[in-house]
Amino acid sequence: MRYALSALAGATALAVSLLAAPAMAEDAGIVVYNAQHESLAKEWAEGFTKETGIKVTLRNGGDSDFSNQIVAEGAASPADVFLTENSPAMALVEAAGLFAPVDADTLAQVPQEYQPTTGKWVGVAARSTVFAYDKTKLKEDQLPKSLLELADPSWKGRWAASPSGADFQAIVSALLQLKGEAATADWLKAMKTNFTAYKGNSTVMKAVNAGEIEGGVIYHYYYFGDQAKTGENSKNVAMHYFKNQDPGAFVSISGGGVLASSKHQKEAQAFLKWVTGKGGQEVLKDGTSFEYAVGKGADSNSKLTPLADLQAPKVDPATLNSKKVTDLMTAAGLL
Amino acid sequence: MQSVVDLSRPGLPAGPKAGHGTRRRSLSWILLAATLVSLLALLPLAFIVWVAVQNGWETASALVFRPRVGELLVNTVLLVAVAVPISIVLSVTLAWLTERSDLPGARLWAWLSVAPLAIPAFVHSYAWISLVPGLHGLWAGVLVSVLAYFPFLYLPIAAALRRLDPALEDAAAALGLGPWRVFARVVLPQLRLAICGGSLLVGLHLLAEYGLYVFIRFDTFTTAIVDQFQSTFNGPAANMLAAVLVTCCFVLLALEVLVRGEERYARVGSGAARQQQRTRLGRAALACLALPAVTALLSLGVPFVTISRWLIAGGADVWRLDEIGLALGQTLFLAVGGALLATIAAMPMAWVSIRAPGPLQRLLEGCNYIVGSLPGVVIALALVTITVRIAMPLYQTLFTILFAYALMFLPRALISLRASIAQAPVELERAASSLGRPPLKALWATTIRLSAPGAAAGMALVALGITNELTATQMLAPNGTRTLAMAFWSYSGEIDYASAAPYAFIMVAMSLPLTWLLYVQSKRMAGR
Repeated sequence: MRYALSALAGATALAVSLLAAPAMAEDAGIVVYNAQHESLAKEWAEGFTKETGIKVTLRNGGDSDFSNQIVAEGAASPADVFLTENSPAMALVEAAGLFAPVDADTLAQVPQEYQPTTGKWVGVAARSTVFAYDKTKLKEDQLPKSLLELADPSWKGRWAASPSGADFQAIVSALLQLKGEAATADWLKAMKTNFTAYKGNSTVMKAVNAGEIEGGVIYHYYYFGDQAKTGENSKNVAMHYFKNQDPGAFVSISGGGVLASSKHQKEAQAFLKWVTGKGGQEVLKDGTSFEYAVGKGADSNSKLTPLADLQAPKVDPATLNSKKVTDLMTAAGLL
Repeated sequence: MQSVVDLSRPGLPAGPKAGHGTRRRSLSWILLAATLVSLLALLPLAFIVWVAVQNGWETASALVFRPRVGELLVNTVLLVAVAVPISIVLSVTLAWLTERSDLPGARLWAWLSVAPLAIPAFVHSYAWISLVPGLHGLWAGVLVSVLAYFPFLYLPIAAALRRLDPALEDAAAALGLGPWRVFARVVLPQLRLAICGGSLLVGLHLLAEYGLYVFIRFDTFTTAIVDQFQSTFNGPAANMLAAVLVTCCFVLLALEVLVRGEERYARVGSGAARQQQRTRLGRAALACLALPAVTALLSLGVPFVTISRWLIAGGADVWRLDEIGLALGQTLFLAVGGALLATIAAMPMAWVSIRAPGPLQRLLEGCNYIVGSLPGVVIALALVTITVRIAMPLYQTLFTILFAYALMFLPRALISLRASIAQAPVELERAASSLGRPPLKALWATTIRLSAPGAAAGMALVALGITNELTATQMLAPNGTRTLAMAFWSYSGEIDYASAAPYAFIMVAMSLPLTWLLYVQSKRMAGR
């Protein structure tokens, strides 16, 4: 009996030490909660590790689950850095007071318009809303002039989106900021009757390409990414930028921030500096992400319509309210 | 079955004098362990109740009684109500053809009717969506669900058919019933238990499945919970959807108990049952071949063709060996770890249920089955919230994910273990005690060793489940984890179907031997 018990205790101790081992291994570097595209973050992480020798462990997920997760984790969060695709998730973590201020020389690498006024996080890339449409079905004069037009009964059953994604929710948060709560709620209600839900923006574009639906509200880079590969999922697709400071011309800023609870402040700040600096921004220009570069003097991929020509509406990224958006979308039956 | 009390009855070689007391003590230790496991297993359920109470009735009801939940309920109910009967009809027909008729190549068709289990449900869906890109909605859901899950019905039905005593059928025929009526009035009723059990299993899988329905854009509670999780992490809306989903599971469990009824069928008469006669199909054989052939084509041919097509299209580029090797290693590690933990956790319960059955044991065992029937997403959501709020040191650790696996797959380990403990003679335990071994050591030297084959089979089943698990793994895994299923999901989410193909291929290749084991085990259960 005693023997069995001590054997059991030994086995338990062994098991615990085995279980704890991977957690300790992480102490060697920084943990990045990455909501950006895995391939892009991987390129960033590898470039940074190569230059500095600091190891980066990525945990991949989405904007909204990570932002809420970080808030739930509070001061005990295992994350050192948080990277997103859109601003609302950053705003949520900032509002919870969990970001450490970004180093001044990192902020200095990025123009004012691509960072929040608070300096608690910084833009690392940008993306533009587009209406991706089936060019075999829609002519240019038949395209919607504004995102708001898609609520018209004439658009019933003709357009698609991915409402569960943070991308689309960011677009709604811009709409909320620009047009107010009542107008947004009405628009979402009309959307529920008019649109077809897909999971993921790539899937929306694939459906448009396959002729399942006439158009979809997504971001710009899916088209370029597919064109750079085989073009198989985008050969019938064309892009329509709303421009004119329309809510549909919203340019969403992908953010990066350092958690105040991080025990690797220096390394985490260095990572953010690298991503917004020459190395990180060149990955955006030369890689396959086709997101816009935001660093001072950094060029975006030459295939893209220049950021300055998009006539995006002015929205302070720090004011975007993701909580309100998910509540409104839940109320409209979209989530 | 003998109860523990007469194990140490005076007059039996019950070991040293202290035997009685120690025996009791070891039993109570084991019972304590079993109780502890069951209580831990109830944690997610208790959590959901707690969240509902904490939210208050008003918030909870506002989140439950809304049109979106209605939509999801209609979708989920329709899916189960259509897919399960179709699976039953398909499985009964296939089982009869492969077990009771002289269908050419019956053994091959029998194996091909089990083999779809080796393909994860989301890979089935991936295959279909590549073949028919516009596929979506209820009927697409029904099609793919039936193809992915009908083997869960086929296996028990075929096993039951194999065991039937032909004497009953002969008697019915002698009393003037035609072949169809013999089937309807004598054979089918005897299959009821198998059909009920299998349907329950299929139904629970339909409720829990995520990946399959995302590909074909069909929203169920599980997909909606993941959507809410992705939008709000552990928000109240996700938890209330989980509560509704749990209720659906309970309804299914209760339905099964109701339909199953109390009647049992047993063979009366002495001696062994006669060998069954296979029905001659004659000229109908060719027509009958069409069913298993088409089923195999749709459930195996389609995934095979699509995966091969993507592998060829992707060429050597998609075999990123370092990445794949890492994912493979992590998957194996989690699968083996989870299987070990589940088996160890199931051991006391299995022992108690054979050696000391009683009301407490039935209650405890019931708890384990109920928790095992909960969808992975519900268990994961509960564990994420519990660890993040109260048990932060366990948050995102290997322990938590293995614990979740153990909860989800405990019944698989339990069933296999119980069967083989039942076969280990209790006299050996007593003999070991009487030779002076302390109780736990005696147990270890006899029953536990003898139950090794059952434990191995159970572990294989648990490992199979873990290899193909997606939602709980994504929510709970430690930082830096990337399993085969996660990698597959991430690539297919970016419509990079070619890069996803090697992962699908490896998952199928890993699952095939385990499925084979399941098939062999079901044959052995029927004594062949």
